[in-house]
Amino acid sequence: MAELIAKAALDGQGPVTRAGLVLSVLPPAPVWSIAPFPGEDLTPALAALGLDFPAPGRSNRAGDLRLIWTGRDQAFLLGGRPPEGLAAAVTDQSGAWAGFSLSGIGGEAALARLVTPDLRLAAFPVGHVVRTGLNHIPAIILREGETEFHIRVFRSMARSAWAELVEVLEHLAARAAAVQGGASAPARTG
Amino acid sequence: MRLTCPLCGPRDRREFTYYGAEEYLHRPGPDAAPDLSQGGAWDNYLHLRDNPAGPTRDLWYHDQGCAAWLLVSRNTLTHDITGVELVAARKGARDEA
Repeated sequence: MAELIAKAALDGQGPVTRAGLVLSVLPPAPVWSIAPFPGEDLTPALAALGLDFPAPGRSNRAGDLRLIWTGRDQAFLLGGRPPEGLAAAVTDQSGAWAGFSLSGIGGEAALARLVTPDLRLAAFPVGHVVRTGLNHIPAIILREGETEFHIRVFRSMARSAWAELVEVLEHLAARAAAVQGGASAPARTG
Repeated sequence: MRLTCPLCGPRDRREFTYYGAEEYLHRPGPDAAPDLSQGGAWDNYLHLRDNPAGPTRDLWYHDQGCAAWLLVSRNTLTHDITGVELVAARKGARDEA
């Protein structure tokens, strides 16, 4: 068999810094989908790992493992393999997703140009997760920290999502430059 | 227009896809006459729809969100959304599939 070389999505793409925000590609890491069979309770099996099956829009973590809600009766385990024998449909989706990090002050203002839900800190605290459209691209957005979002999209759409995000950062940078340069101040901000 | 998804909360209409009338949840049973004769159970299930001026219920799919099927109650006169429930959470939902 031919020697296959694993390549990350957007391989070689360096971080982009604009408008005080840094957009970068997350390194490849395990992503496992866990969808409990109807009526099954995974609490004891997950508790052994220090995890709990997350409520809609929530996540929890234990060490390097992180369990994030991603849909009705579905969560993604990030950062490691799930235990054997879970009463759930378990699939390895590591190669199917591309992840980006958007960090810096005002990341929610950048994302507000692409997503409809309110992602400000008061409405979307650290550890909350939302599944929504990034413009037209299905995305899972996790608030990693007060000034950091992790955005995951289908790997097939990684390049489009990256282009959308970079364009938003460029628009924000252009607006900031226009305001600072004393050009006729725009009537609307944001 | 917004729908309040029971899992995701209030979301823009663009996240959802319309499927059709609630009728699709009530598939004829195995004892229904297997022909499509006019007015029969299968004819009704596949083709006959009311066109209500007022309350109606239909199925929506939250494709950009939690991927759940939703049963939406709305009013075609006032455009009020009066209820959104998970199809999967309804009693006997698994028998309807």
